[in-house]
Amino acid sequence: MQELERAGMGSVRVTRKGNNVVVLEKDLVTEQMVLAMGPQHPSTHGVLKLECLTDGEVVTHAEPYLGYLHRCFEKCCENVDYPAIVPYTDRLDYLAGMNSEFAYAIAVEKLLDIEIPRRVEFIRVITAELNRIASHLVAIGTYGIDLGAFTPFLFCFRDREIILSLLEWASGARMLYNYIWVGGLAYDVPADFNKRVKEFVDYFRPKAVELYKLLTENEIFVKRTRGIGIMPADVAINYGWSGPMLRGSGVKWDLRRNDPYSVYPELDFAVPVPDGKASDIGDCLSRHLVRALEMEESLKIIEQCIDKMPSSEGFNPRSAVPKRVRPKAGEVYGRAENPRGELGFYIQSDGKSTKPLRCKARSSCFVNLSAMKDLSKGQLIPDLVAIIGSIDIVLGEVDR
Amino acid sequence: MILTSLPHISMPLLMGNSLNAWSEALVGFNPMGLPLGLVILAAIPLVFIALYSLTYGVYGERKISAFMQDRLGPMEVGTWGILQTIADILKLLQKEDIVPTSADKFLFVIGPGVLFVGSFLAYAVLPFSSSFIGASLNVGLFFAIGIVAIEVVGILAAGWGSNNKWSLYGAVRSVAQIVSYEIPAAIALLCGAMMAGTLDMQKITMLQSGSYGFAHFYLFQSPIAWLPFLIYFIASLAEVNRAPFDIPEAESELVAGYFTEYTGMKFAVIFLAEYGSMFMVSAIISIVFLGGWNSPLPDIGSFALNAWTNGPVWGVFWIIMKGFFFIFVQMWLRWTLPRLRVDQLMYLCWKVLTPFAFISFVLTAIWVIYVP
Repeated sequence: MQELERAGMGSVRVTRKGNNVVVLEKDLVTEQMVLAMGPQHPSTHGVLKLECLTDGEVVTHAEPYLGYLHRCFEKCCENVDYPAIVPYTDRLDYLAGMNSEFAYAIAVEKLLDIEIPRRVEFIRVITAELNRIASHLVAIGTYGIDLGAFTPFLFCFRDREIILSLLEWASGARMLYNYIWVGGLAYDVPADFNKRVKEFVDYFRPKAVELYKLLTENEIFVKRTRGIGIMPADVAINYGWSGPMLRGSGVKWDLRRNDPYSVYPELDFAVPVPDGKASDIGDCLSRHLVRALEMEESLKIIEQCIDKMPSSEGFNPRSAVPKRVRPKAGEVYGRAENPRGELGFYIQSDGKSTKPLRCKARSSCFVNLSAMKDLSKGQLIPDLVAIIGSIDIVLGEVDR
Repeated sequence: MILTSLPHISMPLLMGNSLNAWSEALVGFNPMGLPLGLVILAAIPLVFIALYSLTYGVYGERKISAFMQDRLGPMEVGTWGILQTIADILKLLQKEDIVPTSADKFLFVIGPGVLFVGSFLAYAVLPFSSSFIGASLNVGLFFAIGIVAIEVVGILAAGWGSNNKWSLYGAVRSVAQIVSYEIPAAIALLCGAMMAGTLDMQKITMLQSGSYGFAHFYLFQSPIAWLPFLIYFIASLAEVNRAPFDIPEAESELVAGYFTEYTGMKFAVIFLAEYGSMFMVSAIISIVFLGGWNSPLPDIGSFALNAWTNGPVWGVFWIIMKGFFFIFVQMWLRWTLPRLRVDQLMYLCWKVLTPFAFISFVLTAIWVIYVP
């Protein structure tokens, strides 16, 4: 057995059947090697598995394997009441729980057709945008790690920590908030919340510039990401990409602008799209740039929301929360712009039950990841890592 | 006599002249026809190396990275966590020593050993002071350059023997990288050797001594010396697999490169070899371009700073400080820069560093011949 194995390094494929050795294949192409990247690999961002066919360092074919984190979200939803689904949505994209709750609340409120107090909307937008910054910080930090820069990651987590403690102050939890309820909020924000958020905005602006200088403008970083993994706009649209991925390909598509919800139409913010000067449109650097620039826009949104927010006098965050959610028969698709793209919930109600007949989540990460096969063809292994990092997947949302 | 001299170690550290007298007396002590003092003192650097590698290398790396990243670093074991490395080593010693069943056991076992030997053999020719040198070879520099190449064998053995695809990638990358970067590194060092006219490291160091301190160092002796200095520094980063050239172990791509499968003490040995190499290349660059164990302080009028701060023991202090400085720069770069890609690394070596190394070689030759 051992002799056979030793003699046939790469040229014979054998298997064991009891004590016998069965030769499966002889004279294999020696240049090609199957490389299982993941599910336990430092840069597949969780439990993604990529089965790569490699020729030297060149990946000739990469096949993503999913499902290691599947938790039957959609089946669970069919067995609990509408408000009880909110905590499950936190666990989809666990880096942006507020945004997921927001998307779900939008969908159910559309189905119920209820009016939400104005202050609730502002608080929702502030928390969602804070969470967007936190999520982008993780994306940028881990992208730095993927490319070998460790320090930006810790800078990102230092600043993210402040956001997490702010959100913990408001909701009582650091990541899985259950804060945005159908029709309202769990609680009003604490008395000094706005002041602290403003302090954070002032603190974070120079830190974002520092991060930009340390990582985004770094010569080696640019060399590693520019022109790598280019996705043309039309192919990106065909794949159904959304969020920073699609904007990185040069398509100005942001649901906060293109399908406005909540109070976003009243707010003044830009949708950053790469202009092709600092990066080649559609490459890894463009997607990274979009995220880096979006953080500044989120800060602007937060500042405006704090100024425009109605006072808390006589405010009850649960005033519009329905006692029992039992929508009329029908179906609805509600969507919101998550840090990773469009998160949509398709909900079907039979009109009798307090539980949805069907609740399907349209996950942005899953759709963005579907282009992996296309993007990875003929790339070097280091570039493959750069591409996975730029897609910024959260396996919790990919597998659901 | 040695024993009676030892209590002086702590006291006169700053009293230059008495210290020199003490160390010279020690060196001259010769009861059995052997330079016993020399033998004992030559062992000091080796003890230091082990201590340095085990504590200051690892501990320093963690503390410096923590300082750069707004963290505290190890704080629990001992005051400021100074005993952290000892705790780590104890932990690694207790670990099960796993040899994967499908690994080539012979290669898997000798890999770390060869790596360790390759990295620490070069210490034999490093002059730590005018009297502390393991083997004063007349081809010391050549030996140091050559012996590093043995590390390649260790890396390849470890990577191939592990029978792991990631290890194999790491090993192949590493060999390509080290073999390539030896060329600019060696040519850059040759510039220094050319200025000295010898390959003997002790002689190279001695030629850089003088009462003007740093002004005698080869880096400041010729207008072109900064070029080979820079080239050697960059190439040495690649030779010891430090960022931004840590491609062989690239943890985000290749898990841990050629030592993915190693555990316990074998892992610690590989780690030790890495820190050993770091100090080795730092010492070599200090010796060839920055005067080795010579004091950088110049004499100012009647303040004979240079004379006061020179001597066998001071020499150890200076070369270690210079080495530490370069190690600090290496760590600084590691915690700041992302990693290059394999082809970019090769591009840098063959199309940037090697041509410039040749240019600096020719210019240095012209300088040495025509400008006295």
